[in-house]
Amino acid sequence: MTRTTELLPSGRLHLALHTLASGEGRPLLLLHGLGEATPSACPAWAAGWPGPVLGLDFTGHGESGVPVGGGYTPESLMADVDAVLAGHGPLTIVGRGLGAWVALLVAGGRPRLVHGVVLADGPGLAGGGHQPPSPYVTLLPTEPGRVPDPYALLELSHDVRPPDYALDFVRFAIEDSEVDNPIVVSARVRPDWLAAVAADIGVLDLSLEEALVAVA
Amino acid sequence: MGADDETRHVPGARAPDRTGSLSSSGLRLALNEWGEPDAPILALVHGGFDFSRTFDVFAPLLADAGWRVVAWDARGHGDSEHAHLYSWAADVRDHFAALTFLSDGPVCVLGHSKGGGQMLDLLDARPSLARAFVNLDGLPSQHSAPDIPDRERQRLRRVDLESSLDRRRRRNERQRRPDTIEGLAERRAPMNPRLPREWLEYLVTVGARPDPEGWRWKIDPVLHLGGFGPWRPQWSMEHLASLELPFLGVLSGVADDPMGWKSRRGDVDPYLPPGGRLEYFDDIGHFLHIEQPRQIADLVVEFLEPYR
Repeated sequence: MTRTTELLPSGRLHLALHTLASGEGRPLLLLHGLGEATPSACPAWAAGWPGPVLGLDFTGHGESGVPVGGGYTPESLMADVDAVLAGHGPLTIVGRGLGAWVALLVAGGRPRLVHGVVLADGPGLAGGGHQPPSPYVTLLPTEPGRVPDPYALLELSHDVRPPDYALDFVRFAIEDSEVDNPIVVSARVRPDWLAAVAADIGVLDLSLEEALVAVA
Repeated sequence: MGADDETRHVPGARAPDRTGSLSSSGLRLALNEWGEPDAPILALVHGGFDFSRTFDVFAPLLADAGWRVVAWDARGHGDSEHAHLYSWAADVRDHFAALTFLSDGPVCVLGHSKGGGQMLDLLDARPSLARAFVNLDGLPSQHSAPDIPDRERQRLRRVDLESSLDRRRRRNERQRRPDTIEGLAERRAPMNPRLPREWLEYLVTVGARPDPEGWRWKIDPVLHLGGFGPWRPQWSMEHLASLELPFLGVLSGVADDPMGWKSRRGDVDPYLPPGGRLEYFDDIGHFLHIEQPRQIADLVVEFLEPYR
């Protein structure tokens, strides 16, 4: 099918939610990596999903709005996903890179609306590491509406991702989810936070294809 | 309920001599200044849920001692523009924009509370911005995080998480609740329990605006106290150890002041920069410069005198 797009209000901006494939049943939501956007067509690995396949452009990416003056955090991107859950949940999520980290957070934040997340390789998977990196403060040239927003690239590659913080979200998801194993790790690269998640009790470690079957 | 148009007065309070604005990556930040325009600059950075007019008593004391005192409102606070996104890092960058807007060279800087903590980050990243740094009870440490069992900490994080997401879902409907001057002062009192009611009512007249339904705080309704995230207070303290500039830290020892970081002398001493000085007042609350403006201004003026 041809990709269609719905605009969701988000403060004074909007979020672009794309439909990549139609279908009956629970939607599959794709979350892109840092600096990426939703693909123009449904990826081959998601073609067998029985329900609709959706893709969200995060704030400052793709066709979503670009805020003035940055201020990005992964926690603020949780609210982007929550806007989709408000109208389309419950759903299952596959997150790439940065999208994997956000998927984990939102699985813990809205465990009854997220029926399984798959954490996959992609840009922005590591963030700024498990401790604050050397401080770096700079002003970037402003160019209204430019995507990906340079401040998104700067700020979402420096945010701190402590393993124990990640494990709190694993606990929240496992305790309240209606799915037996709500978190599946398929990424081959394992920054500290993801290694801790993958090693936790109740988290599955599968290839992307196997993961989609497990969360279907 | 209609807005009253009364003004309020407190002893020593003086409106800014000049107002202006600057752009931080396109976001407009409001500036207020006291003192002679050609005097040496002393930049003041306010704390969370405050705004630059909370310096209306303190700043004139510094200006009268020969400083050009400049303070700006953080994004979403006071008269600055409301932003789509808020973060500690964005605030730090806004402070960078303000300091480089004010001067090509280093200036003296004073930060209170969150503003002081953010200046620790900024001066670690950009040490050439400051000639000297005064930190008023803005030194987060391990004592700033409540000492609670892991299970309870997780429960609190979950509550914060859910309420934060719920609030963001309703962001387009949110606005500050209208009230009388006295009513807004009453509602702010739990944040400032040691400050006199006449001061809080004065703050309403400079930090809120009237409309047909009453007075509303100007601060962005999306902002709220608390929240969640991976940040740990002791990370700020580690920035303190990196500094190599004249430093004066001033700590409040009042443990039950709700807005304080609750750091103790022993938390800060090991991280003081070479030659750094730490003053501790166990009888003044977190808002030291509002509770005892003359005493704190005298201390600051004496400390900064060599660095004009």
